[in-house]
Amino acid sequence: MTAPSKPNPADLACPVPIQSHATIQLAHGGGGRLSERLIAEVFLPAFRNPALAALHDGALIDLGGQRLAFSTDSYVVRPLFFPGGDIGSLAVHGTVNDLAMCGARPLALSAGFILEEGFPMHDLGRIVESMRAAAAEAEVSIVTGDTKVVDRGKGDGVYLNTAGIGLVPAEIEIDPRRAAPGDMVLVSGTLADHGIAILSVREGLEFETALESDSAPLGGLVAAILEAGGRDVHVLRDPTRGGVASTLNEIASAARVGVRLEEMALPVREAVRGACELLGFDPLYVANEGKCLAVVAPGVADRVLEAMRAHRYGRDAAVIGQIVAEPPGRVVLRSSVGSLRIVDLLTGEQLPRIC
Amino acid sequence: MKYVDEYRGEAEARAYADAIRRRVTRPWTVMEICGGQTHSIMKYGLDQLLPPEVSLVHGPGCPVCVTPVELIDRAIAIAVRPGVVLASFGDMLRVPGSSTDLLAAKSAGADVRMVYSALDAVKIAATDRHREVVFFAVGFETTAPGSAIAVIKADRLGLGNFTILSSHVLVPPAMEALLGAADNVVQGFLAAGHVCAVMGYREYEPIAERYRVPIVPTGFEPLDLLQGLHMLLAMLEEGRIGVENQYARSVTRDGNPHAQRLLAEVFEPCDRKWRGIGEIPGSGYRLRSRYRRFDAEERFDVGRLTAREPESCIAGAILKGLAKPPSCTEFGRGCTPEHPLGAPMVSSEGACAAYFRYGRASVS
Repeated sequence: MTAPSKPNPADLACPVPIQSHATIQLAHGGGGRLSERLIAEVFLPAFRNPALAALHDGALIDLGGQRLAFSTDSYVVRPLFFPGGDIGSLAVHGTVNDLAMCGARPLALSAGFILEEGFPMHDLGRIVESMRAAAAEAEVSIVTGDTKVVDRGKGDGVYLNTAGIGLVPAEIEIDPRRAAPGDMVLVSGTLADHGIAILSVREGLEFETALESDSAPLGGLVAAILEAGGRDVHVLRDPTRGGVASTLNEIASAARVGVRLEEMALPVREAVRGACELLGFDPLYVANEGKCLAVVAPGVADRVLEAMRAHRYGRDAAVIGQIVAEPPGRVVLRSSVGSLRIVDLLTGEQLPRIC
Repeated sequence: MKYVDEYRGEAEARAYADAIRRRVTRPWTVMEICGGQTHSIMKYGLDQLLPPEVSLVHGPGCPVCVTPVELIDRAIAIAVRPGVVLASFGDMLRVPGSSTDLLAAKSAGADVRMVYSALDAVKIAATDRHREVVFFAVGFETTAPGSAIAVIKADRLGLGNFTILSSHVLVPPAMEALLGAADNVVQGFLAAGHVCAVMGYREYEPIAERYRVPIVPTGFEPLDLLQGLHMLLAMLEEGRIGVENQYARSVTRDGNPHAQRLLAEVFEPCDRKWRGIGEIPGSGYRLRSRYRRFDAEERFDVGRLTAREPESCIAGAILKGLAKPPSCTEFGRGCTPEHPLGAPMVSSEGACAAYFRYGRASVS
């Protein structure tokens, strides 16, 4: 971001009501409705092709019988080091997980570094070591990379981009459009850990319990899920930005099905719930970096749940809902008092309430 | 979670809903003052549990919603000045002014920062004395003590670069304005539990007397609201007026004397315009003369501002309980959280946002 320089009130003028955004807003990157529109209105029309059209976490490219999964993600997290991880481990986990959510075994990653002039070499060393360790755990190699340095003040220390490729086993077919009425919706663990951990460090919020990001590589967990459920695993997604609510909304739209959630079944850590209550946040919309949503045929749900719970990154896994026919494209939650409400996409980032 | 789960049980909610159904013999219109309560009601679908005789109307207790457009325009005009940091609660950032909002001003280069407390703004001012830090002081009696502490702290630190833009508003004068209006439909109130935790409920007793209504200070959890409604409807059915306290675990008759002392030290009541409602005598807080140098309106001359509001927005009728969001022709069509016509569609305490977010647009 460039340094703010003498804004001119005339630049702010826009007709009443504000009908469209002439400039990029933060919410365009928030994973909610504005992100969705940015993709639909700016990127898709320009780049349109079958692999992109699926709008999955990664694209699938057919190489004469062998399917290659390909994904990329950029990381602009602040602070760079946070409880439970740092920008380096996050950049490895994020792309490895995007590949895993295609049902792919991750093979190789690229790493692009955009460094700000004056950034401490020591910190860069920590980030790189953390990437090495994360890649080793995920059993993936970082095989190519790039470095750019920008003027002091033109970056936020470090921005990272990683891209990755992986191979999808022949028998596996993961596709959001395969979610079918009757399928069960599983999550591999507690919600909102990453988003709340980052927020509490970034904003200097002090809670009695230390909150840690859940950032983790999910390749192994996904392998266990696929071994337990095989072709009956219909959809896999990691509910990162925008949280479980946004991801389920995307699945509901893609498959033209409804999702019925049980509020009482949602696993949320006590400390995270407390923080959410305090800030007026709904954990359903808060980011996760080490969790996987799985939509599976009812017949294999128990087996998949067991497989998740047996894995170190799936111990708190739970069945949180079911795919239903009606209303298509909608996520409906049964609340703790037994009433129903719609869980919609958010327009922008969640903002803390006033009182 | 302790002290939360106990107030969200399904069996208990059903039991209260049944008790209300047994108690009610005729139609009643009651208002929950606070937007936080409105959101709880929508989030948990509590209105669906009530008998058809009970009509809930949503009150003006959304601080963001009632902040006049002029003041938002003023905040934006101050924020775009070079060297100014405008610190605001997050909920205020998306609320439309005449032509833009604070988030848009930020993306155009203004230094607008989201803070969680007025003291965060003081911290910014103390750290960077070359910048003018303006705290957009929004809220009812709940957040005003925080602003008061911030001003006292800035005074003690001798900060010449800290001011507040006060938009603080008070509940009782607004209730009186609603009750005194010729078109009033409200027969009883759920008062805002957290406001009463600060101010107590003593000041509601003369209002109950004067306008012959029952008032029940009520909490925010589903069972609080259902119990509060049960108490209020019982009072109405029995023809009793006065104040009965549902939120006894937080609210006393006298409230929090320390917070009240801080308020009295820093602020004095003033007439205040409420967005969509108009001017209500004695309904705002402004800085007392000894703290007037911390008043952003005095510090920054932004010239004359002409506020404009979309004519099709019925926020005024919504905030007075005369209309419900789905009855607005723009609701969900010309007015959405993405492109709001009025503040109630964007604020996390706004009634329109509550109806929209929890799916009342598409369900109905």
